[in-house]
Amino acid sequence: MSLVFAGICSHAPGITGRTHLADPLITKEFHDAYRGMGEELAAVKPDALIVVAAEHFGNFFMNNMPSFAVGMADSYQGPIEDPQWLGIPRTTIPGDAPLSLRLIREMMQTVDLAYAEEWKFDHGIMVPLSFLTPRYDLPVIPMNINCQGPPLAPLHRAWALGEALRRAVDSVPERIAVVGTGGISHWPATPDSGKVNEEWDREFLRRWQANNKPAMLSYTDEATYRDAGQGGFEIRTFISVAAAARGRGQVQFYRPIPIFAVGCTVATMSIEA
Amino acid sequence: MQKFLFDLNRDRAVQQEFRADRPAVLNRYDLSAEERGALETGDIGLIYVLGVNGQLLMHYAALLGMPWADYIAAMRAGVSRHGPVRAGVYAMTTGVDEKVANV
Repeated sequence: MSLVFAGICSHAPGITGRTHLADPLITKEFHDAYRGMGEELAAVKPDALIVVAAEHFGNFFMNNMPSFAVGMADSYQGPIEDPQWLGIPRTTIPGDAPLSLRLIREMMQTVDLAYAEEWKFDHGIMVPLSFLTPRYDLPVIPMNINCQGPPLAPLHRAWALGEALRRAVDSVPERIAVVGTGGISHWPATPDSGKVNEEWDREFLRRWQANNKPAMLSYTDEATYRDAGQGGFEIRTFISVAAAARGRGQVQFYRPIPIFAVGCTVATMSIEA
Repeated sequence: MQKFLFDLNRDRAVQQEFRADRPAVLNRYDLSAEERGALETGDIGLIYVLGVNGQLLMHYAALLGMPWADYIAAMRAGVSRHGPVRAGVYAMTTGVDEKVANV
């Protein structure tokens, strides 16, 4: 068994880019929890980190949109956004193409994937990495679930992706960490930015912590859009991580921070056989 | 319109070209007069109402150097002036006078 860490976290650009507009004490509590997750991750000495992300047109567009994609490069660049706007300098992030290839081959046994030998990271991956691996010294393998341009893969396919990911990770000798990043409810990049449905978020997190598959897969996109905004489509990344880890979750931090446009979340999940 | 923003947001060469000669870059895309006008003048409010995905628009506003509060205000002003968002999944669900995150 070579899955050594599983967690989920928020990635909204405000988390690093708009700290000057936020309450410094609340920001510190959140950032400390986020960095704490990075320390937990480092403590289990992974050889690579798979980030299950929901990118925002950094690489994939409606002219040729994959439901699921996995990076297969020896390095990646990011962020694509203005570094000053995001509060994260441009950098090169190490990858591991041969490891990607082995994982992709195994996942393809049950899930159809796109692969990408070029991949520019946007805030969806850079914000998590800036807290989890701030020296950018751990090889990263990006995965993407289309959560932006409907039609989107159904939730049960996000679950199947997580199962395939676990099987693939178990098939390699390397020690692998998996982190899913997304919002829960949020209405980002609209005038509603800052709106959060805390009750909906807490209910989702209860289901996620219990790893209650039927409850997590029971959301429809129509209901999610109504109750949790278009940002709520990103629950797919959290669902994939639950399917991969098979364990129980523990929430280290959850709090809506409106100027960050999301219910800020840091949580880990135990790994079960 | 979204294709142009996708190309612009992720490619620094396109960004440099756009800064130097906006019309030349926009000539390469199939745009209505309204879309072209909105992009040439950086009219965030109208681009928002025309239904551009918010993530594409947010990155564009950042590229134009718009402070966060101005960007939010521009989208609200767009809805006030042009009516509700016409396409996509980034509609406004709050009132035109609301300040959701105090901006």
